[in-house]
Amino acid sequence: MIPRSFEYHAPQSVSEAIELLQKYGDTARLLAGGHSLIPMMKIRFAEPEHLVDLGKVAELRGIREQGKELRIGAMTTENDLIWSTLVQQKCPLLVEAARLIGDPQVRYKGTLGGDISHGDPGNDHPAIMLALGASFVLVGSNGERVVAADDFFVDTYVTALEPDEVLTEIRVPVLAKNTGWCYAKLKRKIGDFATAAAAVVLTMKGDTVKEVAIALTNAGATAFRAREAEDSLRGKKFDDAAIAEAARLVMSICDPAEDLRGDVEYKTAMTGEMTRRALRTARDRAI
Amino acid sequence: MAASPDLIEREAALQGLGVSRLRKEDARFIRGQGTFIDDIKLPGMLFGAMVRSPYAHARIKSINKDKALAMPGVTAVLVADDLRPLGLHWMPTIGGDTQAVLADEKVCFQMQEVAMVIASDRYTAADAADMVEVEYEELPAIVDPHKAMDDDAPIIREDIADKDEVSHGPRTHPNHIFTWEAGDKDATDAVFDNAAVTVKEEILNPRVHPCPIETCGCVASFDKVTGQLTVNVTSQVPHLFRTVLAMLSGIPESKIRVISGDIGGGFGNKVPIYPGYVIAVVASIVTGLPIKWIESRIENISTTGFARDYHGIGELAADKDGRIKALRFFALADHGAFNSHVSATKLPAGLFSICTGSYDIPTAYCRVDAVYTNKAPGGVAYRCSLRVTEAVYLIERMIDILALKVGVDKAEIRRRNFIKEDMFPYNTSLGWTVDSGSYHNALDKVLKAVDYEGLLKEQAEKRANGELMGIGISTFTEIVGAGPTKVCDILGIGLFDSCEIRVNPTGSAIARFGTMSQGQGHATTYAQIIATELGLPSDEIQIEEGDTDTAPYGAGTWGSRSTPVGGAAAALAARKIRAKAQKIAAHLLEVGEADLEWEIDRFKVKGNPTQTKTMKEIAMVAHTGDLPEGMQQGLDASEYYDPPNLTFPFGAYVCVVDIDRFTGETKVRRFYALDDCGTRINPMIIEGQIHGGLTEAFAVAFGQEIPFDENGNHLGNSLMDYFIPTSFETPHWETDETVTPSPHHPIGAKGVAESPHVGGIPCFSNAVVDAFAHLGVTHMDMPHSAYRVWQQCKALGIDKHADT
Repeated sequence: MIPRSFEYHAPQSVSEAIELLQKYGDTARLLAGGHSLIPMMKIRFAEPEHLVDLGKVAELRGIREQGKELRIGAMTTENDLIWSTLVQQKCPLLVEAARLIGDPQVRYKGTLGGDISHGDPGNDHPAIMLALGASFVLVGSNGERVVAADDFFVDTYVTALEPDEVLTEIRVPVLAKNTGWCYAKLKRKIGDFATAAAAVVLTMKGDTVKEVAIALTNAGATAFRAREAEDSLRGKKFDDAAIAEAARLVMSICDPAEDLRGDVEYKTAMTGEMTRRALRTARDRAI
Repeated sequence: MAASPDLIEREAALQGLGVSRLRKEDARFIRGQGTFIDDIKLPGMLFGAMVRSPYAHARIKSINKDKALAMPGVTAVLVADDLRPLGLHWMPTIGGDTQAVLADEKVCFQMQEVAMVIASDRYTAADAADMVEVEYEELPAIVDPHKAMDDDAPIIREDIADKDEVSHGPRTHPNHIFTWEAGDKDATDAVFDNAAVTVKEEILNPRVHPCPIETCGCVASFDKVTGQLTVNVTSQVPHLFRTVLAMLSGIPESKIRVISGDIGGGFGNKVPIYPGYVIAVVASIVTGLPIKWIESRIENISTTGFARDYHGIGELAADKDGRIKALRFFALADHGAFNSHVSATKLPAGLFSICTGSYDIPTAYCRVDAVYTNKAPGGVAYRCSLRVTEAVYLIERMIDILALKVGVDKAEIRRRNFIKEDMFPYNTSLGWTVDSGSYHNALDKVLKAVDYEGLLKEQAEKRANGELMGIGISTFTEIVGAGPTKVCDILGIGLFDSCEIRVNPTGSAIARFGTMSQGQGHATTYAQIIATELGLPSDEIQIEEGDTDTAPYGAGTWGSRSTPVGGAAAALAARKIRAKAQKIAAHLLEVGEADLEWEIDRFKVKGNPTQTKTMKEIAMVAHTGDLPEGMQQGLDASEYYDPPNLTFPFGAYVCVVDIDRFTGETKVRRFYALDDCGTRINPMIIEGQIHGGLTEAFAVAFGQEIPFDENGNHLGNSLMDYFIPTSFETPHWETDETVTPSPHHPIGAKGVAESPHVGGIPCFSNAVVDAFAHLGVTHMDMPHSAYRVWQQCKALGIDKHADT
C-alpha cells in the first residue's frame, strides 16, 4: 500500500502542464483528483515517475453557460457539479450521476475531467457524456481540438488523448424541451463501481419518442452507446413492448467482464434491467 | 415506598450500575487524541516490511537479498535461515500446532511471510521488499477443504507429514488436523432411525474476516543495556502475549513489558500472535533499535485472523408436531495452512457444542473435522465466542427448515421446543449448563412489538402478487465469558481474570484489570460496577488495562468475557474493600459490624440513621492510625476470579426483508432486536454494542466473504470488494430488552457484545430464505449479495419480466 517514489509537479497553468508532459513523456501521469490513480499507485499497478497535479490550475475550474451549451472546466469536482445551480437547472442528469459516484470524500476531490479521461469503463461520466452528446476540448503542444464523446473512448484505459494533451473543458448541450433523463446504477454499496448502469436522455413528442440516447457503464471495454436500442425506440410509441425490445437489444450487445459483482449473464441482465428503469424514469421526467 | 430525594440524589451522584453514563474514553477519541499503534514513534525507530509469497503453494528455490541490502537505508533482510539459529523460524500456535514465522523451504498460502526488510522508513522498506528476489517452484494447491483428505491430495505440511498427532488426537491423513466429537452418537443415530420426521441441510459459514478499522501492528523495542524488551502491540490479550514471548525468546517475563494502548477494534483478529510480531522482536534484539511493523489493509484481510470457513451439515429428528428429538451436526473446518485456530486448549472446536441452542433437545451428537488447506491460517472468533456463530447459525437455520417440513409456523415451532423457564439451570445433552433464560417471554414480546400476525398477512398478499417478502426469526442462546479454568485454558493458563482496586485517602480510586478494551468502554462500565459496590462516584474511579507492568494477570478481552469474568472480579474485589470499610465504620461508630447496614454510599447504624460513615470518610480514616486493633492501613483489594460457569445471554430477533426479484437486491425493512444480558450495567453502551454487532451481522449475511480462485489466489482482499457497510447500507435497528440475571455472576450480568452478531446472522438468512420459502426453497448460503440472490430468482424462473 506504499507507492513507488515519484516526483510531484504542481503546474499553475495548462501550458505549464503540457510542457511537463512533453518533458517526461510516458513516465508522467496527470493527477486530477486521484481517486483512481492513487489507489493504483498504492498497489503498484501504476508506477509513474512524475505526477503532474492539475489541482492548482485555476483555469480548469468553473461552470458557465455559453449558447446552448454548458462549458465545464475539467477540474470541476463532483461536489461542485452537484451544488451548481446552473447544472441543476440545465443538465440535471449530470447531478444525478455525480451523486452516485463514490462517497462524499471522493466527490470533494474527484473531478469530471479525471473521471472521463481515465478511460475506465466502470467510471460513470463516460456513459453520461455519450448520452448527452458532449464534446471535449483537448489542448496539447499542437494547439486545441474538440472531440465528440462518441469518438473519445477507444478501449479500457485508452482514450483519444495524445500523450501530451490535457482535457481542459467538457461541453454539454443544454437539454431540449420535453426531454427526460435518468442514470440508473446498480452497485453493491456506496463507493462501488457499477455492477451495471444505464444513462438515458429521452425527448418525447406526445406518446412518441422523438429522440433518445442510451449509454452503458461497465458493460464492455468502454462505455458505449446502444444504438440499435435507440433506433428501435426512435419515432415509436413509448410502451411496455418498446421498453422490452430496447432492453433486449441492449443486452444483445453487452460484453461485461466477470468479477465479484457478477458473471457475464448477471451483468448483462442487470444492464437490461437498468435500461428499463432509466427509460421509464426518463419518460416520466419528459412529460 | 418512593425513595427520598436525598437517596435519589446520592445514588445519581455515583453514576453507577444501570446508568447510561457517557463514555469516559470518548473525550480523547472524538478529538483524535487516542494513541493507536501507528501513533507510537520512538527515537531511532526502524520499519519492517514483509516480502510475501505470490503463490498459495510453492517450494522456495532461492532467496537473493543482495539488491535489497544494497539500497540506502536498508539495515537487514531477515529470512527463515536468519531466525533458525535462534530457533525462532517456527513458533507454536494457540491451536497446538507450529507455524512458520518466515517460510521455511516452502510457502503454504498466498501472501505467506517469506522475508522482512528492515529499513530506515516505511517507504524505503516497501521499495526494498520489492527488490528481494525469491525463486519459487509452484505446487498444486488445495482450496476446497472437501478435497483436502483425498488420497491424491498434495501434502501441505511436509514438516509434520509423519506425525500421527499435531494436537487433539490421531490424524487420518497428512492434511487432517483433528476430529472432535461431543454427545452420544449411537443414541442419536437410534433416534434418527425411528423418527417421524427428519431434515438435513448443507450449511456454509463462509470464510470472512473481522476487519477492524485499525490493522495489526507492533513496535518492538529491546534495550541492549538493561535487557528489557518493550512491545507496544495491538493485542486483545497482552498478558498471554507476554507469556508466549517469554516462552519463545527465553527472556524472563519480568524483563518483558507488553503495552496494548488504544486499540481500533479487535473482533478476534487481535488475539493471536502473528509472525510480524516475532520478527519485529528479533530484529529489535539484533539491532538494539525499536522496530515498527504495521499491516496494510490487504495484508490484514489476507493473512491475519480470518474467521469461520465452517462447512456444516445439520440434521434434526422430530415428531410429527415438530418437537425435536435429536440433533446431529457435522462440520468440516478449513483451518488454512497452520492450525492457529483460536480456542481453549481442551476445546479444539471451541464452544461449538452450544449448538442445541435455546431448545430442549434430549439427544445430540456433533462432530468437527479440521483440515489443512492452502489458505491463510486462523479461525478466530469474529465477534463471537469460539465457533458459537457457526453453532447458532446451524440450529437457527435448521429449526426453520424443520418448521417448513412439518408445516408449523416458525415462531410456533420455537415455542414448542424452547427450554421452559422452570427448567433452568438447564443441562444440555452436549454437556453445558445454561444458567438462566426466559425464552417464551422474549419471543412473545418481540412478536407483539412487530405485529407478527400483520406481517404474515401482508406477506401472504405480497406472495399472491408475485412479490418477495421475508420474515426471519432468530431465538438464540449465546455462551460467553470463558471461562471456568477446569474447562478453559490457553497454553496451560486458565481463563480466569483479575481486578486490583486501590482507594485513595480522599476517596477516589484506581482499578486495574487483566482484560483489554478495544472499544467496549471498560473505563466507563467497570467504574460503574465499582461505584455501586463501593459508594464512590464512578467519575473518580480510574480504570487501567493493557500494561503488563502494572495490570494484574488476565486472559484479555474476547468472547464477551470482560463483564462475565473481569466485571465479576471488580465486584468481588470491591466487596472485599467494603468488608474492610465496614470494620472501620463499626470501629468509628463504636458498634458491632452487624449493627451496620449499607446505604448507597455509606454505612449507617441500624435504627439510628443519623449515625453514619460514608465511604469517603472511611477512605481517609483507612490512611490514619485510628483503626481497629491489628488492622493495617490502606483500602485496597485484588481478586482473581475463576467463574463457576459461563454466562448464557439470549435474544429474540425479527427481521423483515423485501427482495427485488429483477436485481436480487434485498432491503432490510425492519429489524427488531430484543436482547437479554441479565443485569444491565450501562444501557447506552449496551445499545451501542447491539448496533455494532447487528451491523457486523448484516455485513456477514449480505456481503462478507474472502474468495479464492482454484489456485488459491485471493480474488477480493481489499475494501473495494470486502464488504464493510456504511451508514447508508446499514438498516435501522430497533432494540428492546428483558432482564434475566445470571444466578452465578456476582451482579447477575452476562456478556452482550457478541449476541447481536451471533443472533443477527441467522435472522437475516432466515428472512432471505423465508422470502423464497413458498417456492420450495429451504436454504441459501451466505453472503446474500444481490448477485447470489438473483441466481436463486433465476433458478426459480422469477427473474424475468412478463414481457420477455
